[in-house]
Amino acid sequence: MTRLKRRRAGDAVCTVVAILAAFLFLMPTVLTIANSFMTSSEIAANYGAMFSNMTDDKKVFISENVNLKFIPDKVTLDQYKAVLLKSPDYLMKFWNSVILTVPITFFQLLVAVFASYGFARSKGKIKAIIFFAYIILMLMPYQVTLVPNFLVAEFIKTTITNIFYPNGQIPNGLANMRWAIILPGIFSPFSIFLLTKAMKRIPVAYTEAARLDGAGELQILFRIYLPLCRGALVSVAMLVFIDFWNMVEQPLILMKDANYHPLSVFLSQINTGDVGLAFAVGVVYMVPTILMFLYGEDDLVEGITYSGGIKG
Amino acid sequence: MKRSKDPCGRRRVRIASNLCILPSLLGVLIFFLIPFGIVVYYSMINNPNTKQFVGLSNYIKLFSNNAFLAAAKNTGLFSAVSVPLALVLSLALAVMLERNIPGKSAFRTFFLSPLMVPTASVVLVWQVLFHNHGTINQIIEHFGGHGVDWLKSSHGQIILICMFLWKNLGYNMILFMAALAGIPKDILEVAELEGAGRIYQFFHIKLRYLSPTIVFVLILSMINSFKIFREVYLLTGDYPYDKLYMLQHFMNNTFASLDYQKLSAAAVLFAAVMIVIIAVLLISENIFGKDVEN
Repeated sequence: MTRLKRRRAGDAVCTVVAILAAFLFLMPTVLTIANSFMTSSEIAANYGAMFSNMTDDKKVFISENVNLKFIPDKVTLDQYKAVLLKSPDYLMKFWNSVILTVPITFFQLLVAVFASYGFARSKGKIKAIIFFAYIILMLMPYQVTLVPNFLVAEFIKTTITNIFYPNGQIPNGLANMRWAIILPGIFSPFSIFLLTKAMKRIPVAYTEAARLDGAGELQILFRIYLPLCRGALVSVAMLVFIDFWNMVEQPLILMKDANYHPLSVFLSQINTGDVGLAFAVGVVYMVPTILMFLYGEDDLVEGITYSGGIKG
Repeated sequence: MKRSKDPCGRRRVRIASNLCILPSLLGVLIFFLIPFGIVVYYSMINNPNTKQFVGLSNYIKLFSNNAFLAAAKNTGLFSAVSVPLALVLSLALAVMLERNIPGKSAFRTFFLSPLMVPTASVVLVWQVLFHNHGTINQIIEHFGGHGVDWLKSSHGQIILICMFLWKNLGYNMILFMAALAGIPKDILEVAELEGAGRIYQFFHIKLRYLSPTIVFVLILSMINSFKIFREVYLLTGDYPYDKLYMLQHFMNNTFASLDYQKLSAAAVLFAAVMIVIIAVLLISENIFGKDVEN
């Protein structure tokens, strides 16, 4: 009886803590969305103190303190209108993010589907060594991998320039260095790690049965493995997408021309830019990933579960 | 059931699976492994033109470089604080959601959601919270304390820790929830019958079963802690306050000055440190979790 009572009290305490934690976890996102519906004058009044280098006599118009507000005084879509219609710069940067992230996600998955099938379908000493090397590579931070990436990019660029464009007039596609981010991104081994673990869970009996029925290797991969790994595939796609959607390190080092920088880098310069639009830009930037999350949360959770543990 | 003994079929499977791995292997060799070999080579020569072998002198120079030492110290300090915190708090969240509380799946969604919110989208809110005249300082002053200019003080790392935890706790929590669900129920029932309390059960049974997950979460959090540069960059741009100067800042500056020797030595050193840490974690897990693995 007392034990039950104690347990109930514990549950109540946990519920309260969970609600508080939920508030903290949701607050930054909710605030960004709420603030995106404010008028630019309200933003200036609330946050002007943060960004202006105005002289003291002008400061009387804005409050000295920064006011974080959940509910706008007046709900308006002005910020969105300005971002989507009047400032092509933000949309260009958004497009830069898309054109880097989508190819990386698609081709990394394509390469990984085949490679993971190879690792899961048959075992061997050499394969085990290669897989272990992939895990080590996966665990290497950007501070390590960016140096080799940079060397390869420079090598490819100078080689192609010397052979095809000896006069130094290189085409935009080569000069903008998008490929220097996309190519290593495609071969980043994270998705192979996760998909192999998911595929190894598929019972051997399934493939044996399919083989007896005359299915070839490609058929086994596409008709049995892929449908059974749907959750892991969706999950990997989401995790790879958000990781590259967030990229900052690679463009800073590999892309000299800031015109091709993705929005994730460009948003840091918002301090000096138009603060009134920053929240709306932030919301526009989170729309794709939030939609993915709402649509695929269960798959995401399933995939994360597979990723647990370095071994087996 | 016996596996097919047909040698011809097995050979075909082996060839097919090798072919499947080939594109990925070529990509990894070209973009990561071979150039990393070159990086190791670069770290031991004096410059790319004369190519004179100088042994470890680039590494020794690195250790007398103040910028590198500061960056390594800041990054190390950040990881040393944030990684254990991430471990403990995400485990606490997972244990909490194991209990009988209403709306569990909603809480799971809430805790996981920051993972899928781009850092750049919410960076402004963090700036507002931690600004000199911002929300946190207003709260502190309301209770009679003295605010600090967070981003420009030695407390700057606290913001980073908050942002790091906010983003990464959800993923770790899911890993722990799965691991907790995988603990054999009969063992816990026996323990309960024998009179073991919840706390005893947690520390003496559950933690042992969780040890592979704990190691994985430690490694994963450590990797993610090196990505904190993104947050620092978005908050402060190229030139942060000294305490926020991270290894990636050092790398960026060295890239800008095209000092390949320094860069290579730093990358190789970092890789070596990572491998040692990962090896130590894996070995200690083998010792600690041995008796619960089948």
